[in-house]
Amino acid sequence: MVNEWLPVFIFMIIMSVVVFVILAGTAFIGPKRPNPVKLSPYECGVEPVGEPRTRFSIKFYMIAMLFIIFDLEVIFFYPWAVVFKRFLSGSSFILIEMLIFVGILLVGYVYAWKKGALEWQ
Amino acid sequence: MDLIIPQINFSAIAPALTVMITAVVVLLIGLFFQKVQRELLAIVGIIGLIVSLGELGRMWGKDITGFGGMVGNDNFTIAFQMIFIIAAFLAALLSLNRIEDEYVSYGEFYGLLLFALSGIIVMVQGLNLLIVFLGLEILSISLYILTGFRKMRADSIEAALKYFLLGAFSTGFLLYGIALIYGTTGSFSFKGISSYVNANGFTNVLFVAGIILFLVGLAFKAAFVPFHQWTPDVYQGAPTPIAAFMSVGAKGAAFAVLIRLFVSVAAFSTREWTIAIWVLALLTMTIGNVVAIVQQNIKRMLAYSSIAHAGYILVGVLAGNEMGRSAVLFYLMAYTFMNLGAFGVVSYLGISHKVENLRIESYRGIGYKYPFAALAMAVFMFSLAGVPPTAGFIGKFYLFSAALKAGFVWLVILSVLNAVISAYYYLRVVVAMYMQEPEEGKVFELPAASWGVGLALLLAVLGVLYMGIFPSSLMQLFQKTAELISML
Amino acid sequence: MIPATNLLILGAILFSIGVIGVLIRRNAIVIFMSIELMLNSVNLTFIVLARQLHSLDGQIFVFFIMTVAAAEVAVGLALIISAYRLRATINVDEINLLNG
Repeated sequence: MVNEWLPVFIFMIIMSVVVFVILAGTAFIGPKRPNPVKLSPYECGVEPVGEPRTRFSIKFYMIAMLFIIFDLEVIFFYPWAVVFKRFLSGSSFILIEMLIFVGILLVGYVYAWKKGALEWQ
Repeated sequence: MDLIIPQINFSAIAPALTVMITAVVVLLIGLFFQKVQRELLAIVGIIGLIVSLGELGRMWGKDITGFGGMVGNDNFTIAFQMIFIIAAFLAALLSLNRIEDEYVSYGEFYGLLLFALSGIIVMVQGLNLLIVFLGLEILSISLYILTGFRKMRADSIEAALKYFLLGAFSTGFLLYGIALIYGTTGSFSFKGISSYVNANGFTNVLFVAGIILFLVGLAFKAAFVPFHQWTPDVYQGAPTPIAAFMSVGAKGAAFAVLIRLFVSVAAFSTREWTIAIWVLALLTMTIGNVVAIVQQNIKRMLAYSSIAHAGYILVGVLAGNEMGRSAVLFYLMAYTFMNLGAFGVVSYLGISHKVENLRIESYRGIGYKYPFAALAMAVFMFSLAGVPPTAGFIGKFYLFSAALKAGFVWLVILSVLNAVISAYYYLRVVVAMYMQEPEEGKVFELPAASWGVGLALLLAVLGVLYMGIFPSSLMQLFQKTAELISML
Repeated sequence: MIPATNLLILGAILFSIGVIGVLIRRNAIVIFMSIELMLNSVNLTFIVLARQLHSLDGQIFVFFIMTVAAAEVAVGLALIISAYRLRATINVDEINLLNG
């Protein structure tokens, strides 16, 4: 087991050393004569037209926040679904319990809706 | 694996349910009726609080457990819950103050206040670390939002951000502690932990580490030194009624859990733990008091004073006897009245046209211009300092005599010295109000107080004086509850 | 199967990385990510312990931690956005209006 993979391991070590030596070597030995054209991204292409980082609208945040909350509430359905069938035979309590839970989520949904968090304007 | 639906007993969580339902109702009223008066919202909330007080009264003496032993209400827990409901009641009245016009949405404000209270109730009645954790988080998340409620003010948001980052950090410790406790004991319930300790003691390093991490998490919430640095910033930035509620609610809930843990695990009375708590109590009260002396902002001063008071209460916890536990309850009740009252006066006097009057210097000479507010403030300051015949004096007396009975002579001597130090900065406010000339020749102008603030201050003054002059009936009640801390 | 001890050690290492991240980083978002790392290392620990102890309690606890963490994310990011709007920075060293 060990012997089979030993060459790969040695190869990885040699590879890391070579990569490190080459990168470090160019960084230390290579001449550095920077000028504005060289420093700009895509030296040989078009002029950069703006910052590479663009700002997101706050609306994405609202949607993401609502998504993460409602998405995570769903994890409580999984254990419920696993035992659902076995319990339903005895009484409908388990069903009512989940309906209460969904009802609480609905209150949150109505709140978000009424507050205008779901509108994309 | 055999699965059984645990016995569901909604009456065991009736008070928490009532508070939660009221919170949702208040939230929805505020949502659908934008023009609704906030007095109405406050009144709806207060009705909910009174109903849940009634539920608690009905449960008194019955030791109701539910949900497979996850929650339980013995008299001790019920007394704690009643104190927190009174605190929320006073905070709701205080936030009717005019400066709180900066709040844009009252429905959310009162809803979150009630949610925070429901978190405390869940936390206090939990007999299982899962329930304690859930209650703590309901409380904390509501308080993060409430702290940053004045969202156009940089100081409010800053306070909320600090509280949030440190609170979430401490939650991490608490959870890792629970994980280690679970790994070693195989149980989340206090009963399971107790039987594990009875069998094995504190021999397992991982278990001890888990308990320590859990206690560190609680200590953050209760603001014990050295986990107190967030307190003054948060209290300064938070809306004043919320700071008042936090100082009683968040701290008191942590104390309830701490006492529950110490009572259920008798082995905590061993020497090492006693020394650790001894040092913690002394450090907490001393640093709180010493740093409070140099504060210029009254909210920061009250924040440090609340740290010091947590130290006093810890003395009662350390005493570990029935008298200590009933003294903790008594002191928490007294502290609710005097601290919410003091913050209430600060909230009222803080109203001004441009900036809040929060410097202690700006209180100079108000004793003659605003006699009622100043008199109330003086009562609260005397009580916080522990001057007879106020509730603060009797509370400290009970706490310290419980500790004396348990044999902590030196700690009591040092605590009394601390109380003497604290008198300096409390009385400085009284001196400023009555014996110094106002700044710039005249006292600031204030609009008339709303009825809510007046009622809250009146109730707080009456509470402080009643508990100071006729303490015996309440104390007997609390003594009974402390004997009956049975359900484990 | 990976032995439980290794996974528990992994959980401890991740938790420590989270703690160190909170202590040395100064950007509020990065601090918050470190806190999330702490919570998730706790989740890992709980799941491993639940498997080892043959009890489901630990797994149920993980569900609650995840839900609570989501609620904290929502509140925390909202606070960080508000702080950025008011101060144009989320460096915690520059957010220092409050002091005595």
